[in-house]
Amino acid sequence: MDVKGEYRIAAPREKVFSALNDAVVLHACIPGCESLEQLSDTEMKAKVRLRIGPVSAAFSGNVILSDIDPPNGYKITGEGQGGVAGFAKGGAVVTLTEEGGETILKYEVAAQVGGKIAQVGARLITATANRLAAQFFGKFADIVGIPSSAETD
Amino acid sequence: MSDRRTRIGDPLPRIEDGRLLSGGGRYTDDLVLDGMCFGYMLRTPHAHARIRSIDTEEAREAPGVLAILTGADLASLGAGQLPSPGGYLRPGGEPMYVPQTPVIATDKVRWVGDGVAFIVAETALQAQDAAELVSVEYEMLEPVVSPQAASATGAPLVWDDCPDNLCFTVEEGDAAAVDEAFAGAAHIVRRTFPISRVTAASMEPRGAIGVYEPDGQRYTFYSGIQRVHLFRRYLAEYILQAREAQVRVVSLDVGGSFGVKGALYHEQACVLLAARLVGRPVKWIASRSEAFLADAHGRDSFYETALALDETGRFLAMKVEGIAAVGAWLQPMMPAFAGNFGALAGVYRTPSIHLRISGFFTNTNPIGPYRGNGRPEASFIVERLIDLAAAQLGIDPAELRRRNYIQPDEMPFRTGLTFTYDSGAFEKSMDMALSLADYARFEERRSAARARGRRRGIGIGNVIERAAPSGYESAELRLDGEGALTVFIGSVSQGQGHETTFKQIASDRLGLSIDRIRFVQGDTDRVFDGEGTGGSRSAALGGSALLVAVDALVAKARPIGARLLQLDPALVRFRDGRVETEDGSRGISLEEIARVAAIADDAETASLLVTRARYRSQAPTFPNSCHVCEVEIDDDTGQLSIVRYVAVDDVGTVINPLLAEGQMHGGIAQGVGQVMMERIHFDESGQLQTGSFMDYAMPRASDMCSMETEGNAQPTATNPLGAKGAGEGGCVGAVAAVSNAVANALSDLGIDHIDMPITPESLWKRIREQG
Repeated sequence: MDVKGEYRIAAPREKVFSALNDAVVLHACIPGCESLEQLSDTEMKAKVRLRIGPVSAAFSGNVILSDIDPPNGYKITGEGQGGVAGFAKGGAVVTLTEEGGETILKYEVAAQVGGKIAQVGARLITATANRLAAQFFGKFADIVGIPSSAETD
Repeated sequence: MSDRRTRIGDPLPRIEDGRLLSGGGRYTDDLVLDGMCFGYMLRTPHAHARIRSIDTEEAREAPGVLAILTGADLASLGAGQLPSPGGYLRPGGEPMYVPQTPVIATDKVRWVGDGVAFIVAETALQAQDAAELVSVEYEMLEPVVSPQAASATGAPLVWDDCPDNLCFTVEEGDAAAVDEAFAGAAHIVRRTFPISRVTAASMEPRGAIGVYEPDGQRYTFYSGIQRVHLFRRYLAEYILQAREAQVRVVSLDVGGSFGVKGALYHEQACVLLAARLVGRPVKWIASRSEAFLADAHGRDSFYETALALDETGRFLAMKVEGIAAVGAWLQPMMPAFAGNFGALAGVYRTPSIHLRISGFFTNTNPIGPYRGNGRPEASFIVERLIDLAAAQLGIDPAELRRRNYIQPDEMPFRTGLTFTYDSGAFEKSMDMALSLADYARFEERRSAARARGRRRGIGIGNVIERAAPSGYESAELRLDGEGALTVFIGSVSQGQGHETTFKQIASDRLGLSIDRIRFVQGDTDRVFDGEGTGGSRSAALGGSALLVAVDALVAKARPIGARLLQLDPALVRFRDGRVETEDGSRGISLEEIARVAAIADDAETASLLVTRARYRSQAPTFPNSCHVCEVEIDDDTGQLSIVRYVAVDDVGTVINPLLAEGQMHGGIAQGVGQVMMERIHFDESGQLQTGSFMDYAMPRASDMCSMETEGNAQPTATNPLGAKGAGEGGCVGAVAAVSNAVANALSDLGIDHIDMPITPESLWKRIREQG
């Protein structure tokens, strides 16, 4: 299951990239994020409450930043254990390009779920990942700049 | 009390239905014991992973928690492994690979339903809540999900010391003769067929209660299962390391099994071990989600097949090469399904058949017997190949079958594979079915349907299956001082109506009112012995055991009766519940004889009160039937409707036509489910995607039409009752008949086959592609 999207953010690329590395900004943008604790420059510990189809669960796990290439982009991955609800893991490759003083943010998300969530919510995973990604990057664009247009597919 | 003597063959409404339909059933979960606590199995979310660590500390402190059992805890309790008898071979003649399956995973989890900790608490919810607090660290491994993937070179290994995931290979038939026949054949039809993985979805999910009494060190195990005495041995020998006398196994009412409750599962072992540990009864009941996740599934195999014919349409030879999923652990009945593949011979004279099936471990639920267990696959393959050949040769499918039927005067008939048939009038069954289905005027109905925008098709599915092939069953008859009879049988009902069946036989043969007969089953402390239920064997073996017991009882009653009548025993006979003179002028009833026996001092007379018998299968029986299905397909939506369904069956002696018909109806619906909608699906990482009835379709009444069935009983001489078995033929025949009808409906479009499940989506797509 793969989800892609693109946002135009009214801010320079350096500002966008630094926000992508800012735990406070990420905390505000990750849907259902209850806590985000910075462990190192590239590793954070997160607690996230999510609802996927009929299953609601608190996931705890790590968020890792990799392939860091300022200010062109990076890869953000997360893996969470949701107790008896199962597990979710996924990552987004984020690329930033500059266009007329603004930044085009493109993302490509791959996600995998297991356990109860897969058994009863599998048909909803793509829709859920789409929604979560749109929420995350939508909020991010709001915080970092003034979005002039937004589209996802 | 009224005198209701029933006869074998009477359409007697089921005696148990009043109780079961008015809430009087007593299933495992209905049983509430003093001090009972509850178990919950924590299952891994990974299809294949190494367990790095399990931390139960926080969970042990959770409210209500009494005990937590991990694999390591079980080892320290001295728990054994789950039984996996084996008995088949791998290529080259080495024994099949039999894994040592732990009750709870220790080093590795092998499918998403695999248990990692069994939590026991005061309430079921507390146990479930505490499971949230168990923290397990996994190292994920790559899974193999399909038998194809498992058989690939370099595939990840489900069991580390089974180097190719190959559990067994079953090979039967004369390969050289088959090759020779193919080389000289005028026509050859080849096709590959996947058989989808399905689940039984029994109405009552699995469950168990374990009780341990320290005085006498005795265990009682309650669970809805198929074989209580076998479970007693399994539990004693494999799990508890106890003597069988220390274990009592009780199966109360069972809400459907279809094979799935035949094996001993992890949770069942856990309730007994936990009961011993906490000193209280422990109950575990599967939720519906757990049923999908942790029950054995059925089928899941893939076959390359071919049929060779001469220029006149006579079948010369057939070959079938299959790979089948075994799942993550080996169920005790695996791979018995391969033995049922003798049914590839069908009801035809095909002289040479070769079969090879290899079973591979996969990171999925195990595969176990499921109604038909190899028979539906075999029947589907041969009947589908015949229709493909009929289309290729331009011969009517009924006519092509006619040219190849084994005729009654050829019995006993040794088939080209493994079975030797004793009886059956196969062409007659087809003639009856075709007449009932008005086959002759089908083309008129096809045209009329076309005018309504529907494609109509008709398909034949012949069934022959091996039932009751081996083993024995036991029966005991006890008379009390009032002349009432109690029948004890070793087989166990899962809802088929055993109480009615066996009471009816006893009433017929002993001339007793059916109201004066009690029936006891499913309790190792009460039923002295038995093998249990499975493979359509209860009527043929249990019924015959009952007849043998009846004969033994009558043989004891006759001299006692003669003595009471002051007659020479040679001059009396037993008839209609009486020992009487040949002319019937003087006699004494069995009730009166029992009254005397109940207070008799001599052992011989008293022995009338208890009679035990065992009947061992002399030869397999071969129930058979002919199904004719008519379907309509809507081009615009792909909607498939079964509009007519006819089945003529030969189950041998019919004990009760209502029950036989009920077995047929339910079986047909179950086969329709497999062919039209049911499918268990895992994603490539081994996650179960069909984990609820939202994603797993079951057949409903609205998916069926009213079914018409008729009997063409040819009682078998291989057992005293003449019964062949009725439990599985419906399920076997429907898969082929519906598939053939669909192919027939689409023949105008040049479509000759649609893989199961034939859903509206797959039909719509194929019609679009072709149209």
